[in-house]
Amino acid sequence: MSTRLAPDVDPAARDRVVVAMSGGVDSSVAAALVARAGVETIGVTMRLSESGSRCCSLEDADDARRVAERLGIRFYVANYAERFGSEVIETFADAYLEGRTPIPCVVCNKRFKFEHLLERARVFGASRVATGHYARLRRDPESGRTRLLRGVDRDKDQSYFLFSLDQAQLQAAEFPIGELTKDAVREQARALGLVTAEKRESQEICFVPDGDYRPVVERLRPAATRLRGEIVDEQGRVLGEHRGVHHFTIGQRHGLGISADRRLYVTRLDPRSQRVTVGPLGDLDCRGARVDGVGWIAGAVPSAPIEARVQVRHRHAAANARIEPTGPDSALVHFDEPVRAVAPGQAAVFYDRARNEEVLGGGWIVGGLR
Amino acid sequence: MAEVLREEYGNPSSVYAEGAAARARVEAARAEVAALLGARPADVRFTSGATEANNTVIAGLLGPGDHVVTSAVEHPSVDAPLRFLESRPGGGGLRVTRVAPDATGRVEAEAIAAAIRPETRLVTLIWANNETGAIQPVESVASVCRERGVTFHSDATQAVAKTEVDLRQVPCDFVSCSAHKLGGPKGVGALVGADNARLAPLLRGGGQERGLRGGTENVASIVGFGVACALARKEGEARAARARTLRDRLWAGLQRELPGVGWNGDPAHTLGNTLNVRFAGVEGEVLVQALDLEGVAVSAGAACHSGAIEPSGVLLAMGLTPQEARGSLRFSTGAGLSEADIDRVITLLRTLVPRVQAGEGA
Repeated sequence: MSTRLAPDVDPAARDRVVVAMSGGVDSSVAAALVARAGVETIGVTMRLSESGSRCCSLEDADDARRVAERLGIRFYVANYAERFGSEVIETFADAYLEGRTPIPCVVCNKRFKFEHLLERARVFGASRVATGHYARLRRDPESGRTRLLRGVDRDKDQSYFLFSLDQAQLQAAEFPIGELTKDAVREQARALGLVTAEKRESQEICFVPDGDYRPVVERLRPAATRLRGEIVDEQGRVLGEHRGVHHFTIGQRHGLGISADRRLYVTRLDPRSQRVTVGPLGDLDCRGARVDGVGWIAGAVPSAPIEARVQVRHRHAAANARIEPTGPDSALVHFDEPVRAVAPGQAAVFYDRARNEEVLGGGWIVGGLR
Repeated sequence: MAEVLREEYGNPSSVYAEGAAARARVEAARAEVAALLGARPADVRFTSGATEANNTVIAGLLGPGDHVVTSAVEHPSVDAPLRFLESRPGGGGLRVTRVAPDATGRVEAEAIAAAIRPETRLVTLIWANNETGAIQPVESVASVCRERGVTFHSDATQAVAKTEVDLRQVPCDFVSCSAHKLGGPKGVGALVGADNARLAPLLRGGGQERGLRGGTENVASIVGFGVACALARKEGEARAARARTLRDRLWAGLQRELPGVGWNGDPAHTLGNTLNVRFAGVEGEVLVQALDLEGVAVSAGAACHSGAIEPSGVLLAMGLTPQEARGSLRFSTGAGLSEADIDRVITLLRTLVPRVQAGEGA
């Protein structure tokens, strides 16, 4: 133990901000912007899995550390590998085995960045956590509420992955690059001489190397390798066999291993019977969706159905819809026009009808309504 | 050291005058190291540190099929080379018996003695543990080894100048130590033993260090090591007493302010500067970082290469649960600390520990 003791101030009384630094360019610039604002900035890289996967590779932690050194801010690695394994990766694997298409980033944001890391930030005497998400916050002093908006760069917007944050989490959040385009972020990084300036974009799911999630599922749940089932058409005719519903996602066309004289898409997954139903494109159309785990950013459940825009996956131009709350945390979504390939396990995120900009709430898709 | 780096370029192996001056410096340092440890100057071989000294003994002495007795609480610089030779591909691996410590982190001399077999070629036991400060019964083990005719080595890196390490009293064949643990420069250490000639060198070259270690001597660092040893001989006892006073003050304060704090070890057999404590319901990693932000440097567990912290293997070997090991911190009361510093650390922990507990480990 050696000391270079800081002035005798209660750590809780300091103005500090923790920045979640992945080692990518976005969170690097987020850290730079927070530091530039003059608050004491602490960079933290979350180690989310044992070595091997890209999200937590040594190089990324080293890059984050080098950026922190360049910015002159403190830097730590927070080891969440064990908890991330059980809370995110295993849940992800189980979702596929249950015929859903999971979206782990939402859980990571809510449980790790704005729960575990926020708790650590508070121990550090920091009241806020900043991340490199393309999203914006608007604090309304009158209501005391914080609103969540899409990032200025609509192409990079990540508000979809943040819909489940509650008011307390939004109030503790900062998204410093939400007002910037990706190009502007890179420009900033270059201007600051950050080593991450030219770093390539990371893939969507950090713990799935090369984009193939199936080995991850089968490593965690080895029994899945023994699953077998039938691929049937709308009339129940058997068209082929498969090695488990976890190999499929609603709307999938490739890799079905069947030959047919028309294009066929996965329309239904039944984990109990291990039956995969395929059909023509039109069978994917849904006129609505059942949604549970619904949260409303403003806090209150609307007393009557509302007109909104609903986005059902990351890269989806939100569709006009009427949202009918059916309980404190459930809703029915009725699309104005049918929406294709509504997959259970994905999020349905509600945006304002007029501008398609503000997140009103969202939930988890239980099933499409045909 | 600075003087040597600035003004003396001589190579100790050269015949010219500058070389002779450098050689004289190295030999003076050798005499200081020897004096501190109660050894003969001729028994001291300089290395790049204790890691190299430990590796030299293990790799230089042991062959295929040999048996080694050691403890389950060794420093990685002993444990890792043993594991490497144990699992050497192609068979002929080393056989290693690791004697488990008791709940205080000490191994029993009797247990070591009982593990010795006819084919046991080496007993190696850390003098005092680097994480818990637990002082091992080195004297008894050394005597047993001498009686049984087994080579005995001790990694005394953590112990030198903090507890008595006197090779006139304790019959060790080899002892490793490192300069930076006694306030000297990093990157220099020594392997001390009368019978160094039995060891095959790790580094072959120009025959420096009487053939045990090829390579031009790191003269400036060696000189610094010598100075550190001279100072330790002069001030070591006072320094150790001071460290103990501060450590005891810290422990008393933690007991007073934080109910449920526990000492990992036996105070009667722990280095005076070391305090390894566990806090209930705390993630040590968070506490280390929060303390660092306030200017207090402490350690927890083992840092992996990314900088994340894993639970300490030493504490797990002592029977702590992974949660307890995760919630443990190591304090060492080094030079330059005041009572006020200690009190400040106590105050900080009084604030931080409940906060970490409330965050369920954060």
